[in-house]
Amino acid sequence: MDLNYTAEELAFRDEVRKFTKAKLPKDIQRKVLEHRRLEKDDMVRWQDILAKKGWLAGHWPKQFGGQGWSPVQIHIFDEETAALGAPRLVPFGLNMVAPVIMAFGSPWQQEHYLTRIRENKDWWCQGYSEPGAGSDLASLKTRAVREGDHYVVNGQKTWTTLGQYADMIFCLVRTSTEARKQEGISFLLIDMHSPGITVRPIITLDEEHEVNEVFFDNVRVPVQNLVGEEGKGWTYAKYLLGHERTGIAGVGASKRELATLKSIAKKQKRDGKPLIKDPLFAQRIADVELELQALEMTVMRVLANRGKAPGPEASILKIKGTEIQQAITELFMDAMGDYALPFDPEWNTLDGAGDAPGPAYAAPMAARYFNYRKVTIYGGSNEIQRNIIAQMVLGL
Amino acid sequence: MNFSLTEEQQLLADSLARFFERDYTFEKRRAIQGSPEGYGRAAWAQLAEMGILALPLPAAHGGFGGGAGDLLPVMKALGAGLLVEPYLATAILGAGLVARAGTEAQAAAILPGVGEGKTLLAVAHRDADGAPVKATRDGAGWKLDGGKRVVLHGGQATTLVVVAAAEGGAGAFLVDPAAAGVTVRDYRTIDGLRGADIAFAGVRLPADARLGGDADAGAALRAAFDHAIAALCAEAVGVIEQLNTLTLDYIKTRQQFGQPIGRFQVLQHRAVDMFIAAEQAKSMAYLAAMRAEAGDSVAVAGAARYVAKQARQVAKDAIQLHGGMGVTNELPAAHYAKRATMLGFWFAQLV
Ligand SMILES: Cc1cc2nc3c(=O)[nH]c(=O)nc-3n(C[C@H](O)[C@H](O)[C@H](O)COP(=O)(O)OP(=O)(O)OC[C@H]3O[C@@H](n4cnc5c(N)ncnc54)[C@H](O)[C@@H]3O)c2cc1C
Repeated sequence: MDLNYTAEELAFRDEVRKFTKAKLPKDIQRKVLEHRRLEKDDMVRWQDILAKKGWLAGHWPKQFGGQGWSPVQIHIFDEETAALGAPRLVPFGLNMVAPVIMAFGSPWQQEHYLTRIRENKDWWCQGYSEPGAGSDLASLKTRAVREGDHYVVNGQKTWTTLGQYADMIFCLVRTSTEARKQEGISFLLIDMHSPGITVRPIITLDEEHEVNEVFFDNVRVPVQNLVGEEGKGWTYAKYLLGHERTGIAGVGASKRELATLKSIAKKQKRDGKPLIKDPLFAQRIADVELELQALEMTVMRVLANRGKAPGPEASILKIKGTEIQQAITELFMDAMGDYALPFDPEWNTLDGAGDAPGPAYAAPMAARYFNYRKVTIYGGSNEIQRNIIAQMVLGL
Repeated sequence: MNFSLTEEQQLLADSLARFFERDYTFEKRRAIQGSPEGYGRAAWAQLAEMGILALPLPAAHGGFGGGAGDLLPVMKALGAGLLVEPYLATAILGAGLVARAGTEAQAAAILPGVGEGKTLLAVAHRDADGAPVKATRDGAGWKLDGGKRVVLHGGQATTLVVVAAAEGGAGAFLVDPAAAGVTVRDYRTIDGLRGADIAFAGVRLPADARLGGDADAGAALRAAFDHAIAALCAEAVGVIEQLNTLTLDYIKTRQQFGQPIGRFQVLQHRAVDMFIAAEQAKSMAYLAAMRAEAGDSVAVAGAARYVAKQARQVAKDAIQLHGGMGVTNELPAAHYAKRATMLGFWFAQLV
């Protein structure tokens, strides 16, 4: 065992740092560090810069045009870019559907879709959840019926994150109602510009538009867009969920947020003294920081085990990572005191922030706290993650 | 001790419950929230008509002289209905301060209008950073300078009560928000209410603007704030209980894995903890009402802290148990959760 970075890893870290410092557009960086709303263009611009460098899919194997980064390199990339205020990469194409296409897709799908994802040409979204199928995903009802060279899709997906921008959606659909419910599910890649698709916004409690309902009305999908075999979608979906959960730990971003929290807690005053001098508040920060340190090492241990798909251990990362994210947003909100109260979505931009009555950094904090309630719900709720560990690890 | 409501108290609570069911629906409330005024005139008039606005006012000034015990069921109902109108700011805090610190003449000038729904009050208490409000002698009258922050319903008030350091101790001044030198910055708060930052630049006030003449108003301020905290504790209980009701209904009906999710024991235990939190918060609200009457500010502040903590935890659990539905602004649950979460910040303005 050697717990230190090697010379090559250190060199890689410096390279990522240098590149990000030079190339990350300042306006995007400010939005991330100051918690302002990211527009589609912000995310696309940064991903284009990475694509040009060949780093957007750096974590992919070389055979699919990636850099074949090691787990440690992937972690370093995540950490360094996040620390400098780079937006989180939109995961649906890069980290979710791509591993499935690599493992189960046809040569055409690999050539066509993986190339376009790597080059940041398509925006993907995830079409798993339905109104009646959340935690109990296997009860999904969206139907796909084979007609010649096409599937005809009817039904509804919901909670589709950033689906309003998407070019493609990967969907779990029901192709058979005869077998066990898990066995009648197939995995389809659907063009969001197809006739018959309607996207409707869902406004969340922070008054933002981040999720959508997606309706399918006789949408025709070429059979070549079926991944793997008909009826095997559930296996692929579970494979994908494992990948979703490792990404969700968000260690790099949480470290950055903790650093920001500390610097704000130095500026904020409580009873005339800097908030950071308040022992109760300082202790709350320290407790979160310790959790995060432990999680970082756990992430490294899970990543080092790669090669196999991430197993149930990934559920630990999801639970702890999201609890830490929520704890940090709560500390931020509490640090604001009464200026956590004023609210206007208009202040959620770089220009608008100056209009807020309190300090500009206070304006988004409560909304952010409420927005982050989602992280223990999505990607398999934390209750479901605990069920997984109970069954798969503890044998209960 | 007697925890049951009198017949009168019960009738009032019932008529409020009807008001929320019939006239103050979720949609109406959202429309009010989105309006530039930030409160509903029609709703306010109805509250006046029901006698709710006059309830806490002294009998001598058109009120019913309701004490903390009478207010408890009313505040709870206002919490359960998620009222966004400036009831706490006007009828409890503002009127409570005028009644306690004001002269008979001042009380007679202000309070009847409160009961009738014509006068809206807000108490500007917390000083802006680096600009505490100071009152200096200006001939026979006073001059105000400085700023106040996050004043509950400061932008809706027809009369502001501004707390300021002055000769002789703490002063509370009646200020017309339209007076020269007053700038009111009104804004939404994330829990559906309104706040305001208010600046005073050489605002000239007549001699009788100071409540109670030149005496120190410290004790009256404390008592008015303590009663407001007790009332807000009761309102919080209404919010928590309603959020629990919504959550319980949801987990009893939402089906996953072929059964209502409320069958899962881990959710049952959460629901039980939420229920216990509500019961404990309710007990604390009673305690706060009693201790406010007794002038025990420390106990009242403790109650505020306790109730706020329960409210925030219940809000977290309620959202989690609703799954994705918990984060949509389309469902009332999210609005209750926001109100419950932010209560602690409002309490902090009062202690
Ligand atoms: C902001 C946001 C973005 C999302 N983005 C996407 C997306 O892009 N694509 C997509 O497909 N989906 C997305 N989702 C959906 C997400 O995956 C689901 O919300 C999640 O799976 C939970 O399902 P549900 O909302 O139906 O809640 P439910 O499944 O109804 O759960 C409600 C509550 O019951 C609990 N529960 C359910 N079953 C059990 C059990 N067996 N044991 C114990 N507790 C249980 C849950 O943990 C939760 O607390 C998103 C959700 C949110 C909130």
